[in-house]
Amino acid sequence: MKNRIGQCTDWFLSRFPLVKLWNEHMAHYYAPKNFNIWYFFGSLALFVLVNQFVTGIMLTINYKPDAKLAFDSVEYIMRDVNWGWLVRYMHSTGASAFFIIVYLHMFRGVIYGSYKHPRELIWIFGMLIFVALMAEAFMGYLLPWGQMSYWGAQVIISLFSAIPVIGDDLSLWIRGDYVIADATLNRFFAFHVIAVPLVLLILVFLHIVALHEVGSNNPDGIEIKESKDPFGVPVDGIPFHPYYTVKDIVGIGVFLFFFATVIFYMPEMGGYFLEHANFIPADPLKTPEHIAPVWYFTPFYAILRAVPDKFAGVIAMGGAIVVLFLLPWLDRCKVKSIRYRGGIYKKAVLLFVISFIGLGYLGTQPATPGATLVARILTVIYFGFFLLMPLYTRWEKTKPVPTRLTHQPSLEERLPGWIEFFNEVFPQTPVKDSHGNTVMKRRPDRTAMINALIRFAKKLKESLD
Amino acid sequence: MTNEGVNKSKRQFLTSALTVVGAVGTGFIAVPFLSQMQPSAKAMAAGAPVDVDLTKMEPGQLIRVAWRGKPVWVLNRTPDVLETLTTLTDKLADPLSNESLQPDYCKNEFRAIKPEIFLAVGLCTHLGCSPTFRPEIAPPDLGNDWKGGFFCPCHGSWFDLAGRVYKGVPAPTNLEIPPHKYVKDTLITVGEDNEEARA
Repeated sequence: MKNRIGQCTDWFLSRFPLVKLWNEHMAHYYAPKNFNIWYFFGSLALFVLVNQFVTGIMLTINYKPDAKLAFDSVEYIMRDVNWGWLVRYMHSTGASAFFIIVYLHMFRGVIYGSYKHPRELIWIFGMLIFVALMAEAFMGYLLPWGQMSYWGAQVIISLFSAIPVIGDDLSLWIRGDYVIADATLNRFFAFHVIAVPLVLLILVFLHIVALHEVGSNNPDGIEIKESKDPFGVPVDGIPFHPYYTVKDIVGIGVFLFFFATVIFYMPEMGGYFLEHANFIPADPLKTPEHIAPVWYFTPFYAILRAVPDKFAGVIAMGGAIVVLFLLPWLDRCKVKSIRYRGGIYKKAVLLFVISFIGLGYLGTQPATPGATLVARILTVIYFGFFLLMPLYTRWEKTKPVPTRLTHQPSLEERLPGWIEFFNEVFPQTPVKDSHGNTVMKRRPDRTAMINALIRFAKKLKESLD
Repeated sequence: MTNEGVNKSKRQFLTSALTVVGAVGTGFIAVPFLSQMQPSAKAMAAGAPVDVDLTKMEPGQLIRVAWRGKPVWVLNRTPDVLETLTTLTDKLADPLSNESLQPDYCKNEFRAIKPEIFLAVGLCTHLGCSPTFRPEIAPPDLGNDWKGGFFCPCHGSWFDLAGRVYKGVPAPTNLEIPPHKYVKDTLITVGEDNEEARA
């Protein structure tokens, strides 16, 4: 029997390069040994992609892509299909989780310079994945055929009509009718379920192939391939399997903790993951009082609203995504990691983060004159971060970059420091209890707290220089 | 076969010829593939005219009807409203409706056949939301400049009660006015007019 299995294995392996693939991408793929928490999000994105595929297939089993039936079929899934609510919430929460993960994954690239030579193409593939993901999410949001589905799609498709000359015909072609209608729903279903997932899958494949060709970047932003041992193995590298496969499983475990909490206790996330207005069937005659896209589109939506001209607004919104593609060429600094970059870049990144989160918040709020003014300022900062980059990254005073990976204190090594800090801020003080006895109790110490705050502020300022 | 005597120019020609034929073929098949996404014959045939009865309309009242799947507003404007409309000219982006879509018989100050009855497609010319009807003057959320009109909640565009867009808002043009005609004094047909040439 054992011999038979061996024969089958040999038969298979002589016809398929499984061992070679495994070694190249897992057992002998050397990744830098200093990956930190930011490096969880790549594998998490892959994990959520699988979640979306599996739950998505299950949803199509009961969903009906028909303007008359769609809304009810979603409610049918929620109420009557066994575990339908779970599958749907896994899918809808998964969509938001996907964007959280992808935004963090991209931010990792920004702070550690993962988009720089030789990884420009990985960044381009990644950006294409991001665009495909936005298309996928947008079309998926039409399918429940609620009020937000309908009017959100109306607004986004109208964006195309702002393009001069061909705009109106183009938006008509996308809709397949003069208004959002059954034809639109049916084709969005086809794109959401077949076309875009296929494109996504291919892009993810290309993203990983390109990554494994040049190797991973790391928090120090240096190339581990530049120092190798006599066997040609990077001295600062460790095999992806088992080291990072095991580490990523821990990451998935932590992620699932949060994911399950949302699914079971707050699946609508207070109207951010599933908007309240979307529990009302689509009504072509009435726009909801306050219309906002799902949270992951709001930064770009706020930029669109900030510009007081239709075509210019659409250009600005598109431009906000296009500049991200150009990032590898806008950044003229040779140093990759933010650890060794100049203060001006650190401040620029900080401003960028503030503008992105600020725009994201404003995009969920009604367009009052005050909010519009703030959105305009933040839009200028957003574009300033990218478009002024060729200038300010040239003046940057960078720090010396090490040739080997640096040691970062581990959790255990940091622990004594934290205990000391706790003792300083909450010292043991003699207190009289109700019987008049003096006992030692921990009480917060005001001066120690102020000192700690000052130290923290100084450290913060230093880290920005 | 040997490698000797390879006719490279013949190879090049055949490669180019096949590329051209392939490109032409792709172009031909692209036409049906792309145009199948255009509105179907059924979608184009839909859109019959709609009748609106005005007998029960009260002054200041707005009614909504569906025409070609779009909301169409019919608004009864009081003399006060009409007077306010004449004072807004310098706050509007296109007060004379030169850049906007409307039948010729509505290209006037009040953008209507009869000034007291206003009719428009209730979709913002910015990104197609349906603006809300806000006839009150200077409400707290819109401020003192608000003289009554249509406010688009999506992106904050302002229109007056003749569907004319204010300056400095995202919407580029005035609200569209559909072709319509009075069958009799109290009955309007939306989607049809008396100017045959316009059809």
